[in-house]
Amino acid sequence: MFDYHPDRTQYPAKREDGSLDIDLTSGKYLKLWHGPQHPGITGNMSVELTVCGDEVVQAKTHVGYLHRGFEKLMERRSFIQVFPIVCRVCVPEPDFNEYCYAAAIEELAGLEIPEQARWIRAMVLEMGRINSYLMYMGGQAGAFGMAMPGQWTTYVRDLMLDRFEELTGARIYHMYIMPGGVRGKLPEGFEQRMEETLREIERVMKDVWEVMFCNAVFKKRTVGQAVIQPEWIEPYGVTGPNARACGRPNDVRLDQPYLVYPELELEAITGQDGDIYTRADVRRRDILQSVDLIRQILIKMPRSGPVMAKLPNVLHWKIPHGETYIRGECSRGEYGYYVVTDGSGYPRRINVRGPSYTHAVALLEMMMVNLNISDVAGLMVSLHTYPPEVER
Amino acid sequence: MGHAGLQLVMAMDAILKNLSARCALGELDKRRADLWFVTVDPAHVRPALAHLRDNEGFTHLVLLTAVDWMEEGRFQLTYLLHNRAAALDVGLRCFIDRETATMESIHDMWATAATYQRELKEMFGIDFPGSPGVDDEFILEGWAEIPPYRRDFDTLAYAEATYTNRPGRASEDPEEYMQRKLYPEGA
Repeated sequence: MFDYHPDRTQYPAKREDGSLDIDLTSGKYLKLWHGPQHPGITGNMSVELTVCGDEVVQAKTHVGYLHRGFEKLMERRSFIQVFPIVCRVCVPEPDFNEYCYAAAIEELAGLEIPEQARWIRAMVLEMGRINSYLMYMGGQAGAFGMAMPGQWTTYVRDLMLDRFEELTGARIYHMYIMPGGVRGKLPEGFEQRMEETLREIERVMKDVWEVMFCNAVFKKRTVGQAVIQPEWIEPYGVTGPNARACGRPNDVRLDQPYLVYPELELEAITGQDGDIYTRADVRRRDILQSVDLIRQILIKMPRSGPVMAKLPNVLHWKIPHGETYIRGECSRGEYGYYVVTDGSGYPRRINVRGPSYTHAVALLEMMMVNLNISDVAGLMVSLHTYPPEVER
Repeated sequence: MGHAGLQLVMAMDAILKNLSARCALGELDKRRADLWFVTVDPAHVRPALAHLRDNEGFTHLVLLTAVDWMEEGRFQLTYLLHNRAAALDVGLRCFIDRETATMESIHDMWATAATYQRELKEMFGIDFPGSPGVDDEFILEGWAEIPPYRRDFDTLAYAEATYTNRPGRASEDPEEYMQRKLYPEGA
């Protein structure tokens, strides 16, 4: 059917201008659309594949099925009205958007937040991280044909959403971390119920380890598969667990500590092989680390004092001219908000730096080449990308 | 400022001194001890980025984006670079003319920059000649208006002109309707 090159990286051959040296009209190749609505894809985006037999020879990412122009909408709203939009940029982990935006506004406006709010914020961010990872874990198992771990992780994620509901009043979009602090204190008995939830997460993660990570089929299809090479990290802007799985201890919580992370015992969880299995394992260990961090926070956090700084009248809030960038480590890597103000009551420009942006376009297109089409979904999920971060 | 903060400032001062020996630096904004913004001439952006990446350890391109200063007739391009080892950030700003918005591409320096440049072409109309796929549609398909993230694009006016309300359905009196249905020739 085609000349077989034992080194698959040499196939398909490329012309001098970088285009593929293949004849699409020869009948050997097939154009195949994966998505935009497909259970094997991480949200509503689409990948246009050129396949030869069952091997992908070219991949092109198509985003835009979700685009609502969030960044433009933010420019048309006052600083406080932006809030219902920022949490919608990433559905499974909205708290990072709230934190980064709130911290950027606080820095530009010169606001200090109360001590207790810093601890509660860190706890909420770790809760969000667990939520996001649990959603990923089910998807990663499902991409290789295992439905059971997804049902278990959905069950414990639901328990965590219960904790979010009693803390913030909402399950998905919390709008709890506001400029100036957080909206409220911990409710009565929260610590005990949180501890029960954390124990249940640990129990379920043990089962997930046995059923998913010790599974021969899962290992066979993920070990050595879709490896991120360490030399791709800088040119492709790889961050978070995707970078940590190939031995780079890049974690914003340690590299540029924020909130109360310097006061917690924390280490960068890394792997060595950079394949799908290692990426999944790094995330599994991250869940257990976040469980530990929430316990540390609940022990160490102060219980008295305010949780919200005194704000000016937010309906007429003008913030001085300036620009800043606030970053944090979310479950997918470096999250950041670049905010520019011009002294008026509206932000001049807000740019969301979502980790999916760098992972889901250039990196994904490169990694899909030479992959078997049955592993395309597994690779996509293993990069843990969410389309709203690409097409804000 | 604590000892650690002082060390960051000293490190940043040394970096800026080295950078200023290579290209003229404009306005400097010391936002935090670990985050400074500095303006350079558009022609000096590529050499400045190359110097920061190769000699100063700023290997991580965090983001590339634009700010529309419509009243001044110019775009601000911000290249945010991060030094992982020293935990420092430098934002290189340059201003380009809004009418003839063209900038040199940096896709050969960071592979991921091609995606940023493709988005900037579509959303702001800033051209980066030679950048892979810069003319391909990225998010918007079949867009015929001015680039939507320019400040003179009015989202509200566009929505009102493009998306009209669905015409309402005719409302019926149930009694009359059933009569017509049951006795088409009249009772």
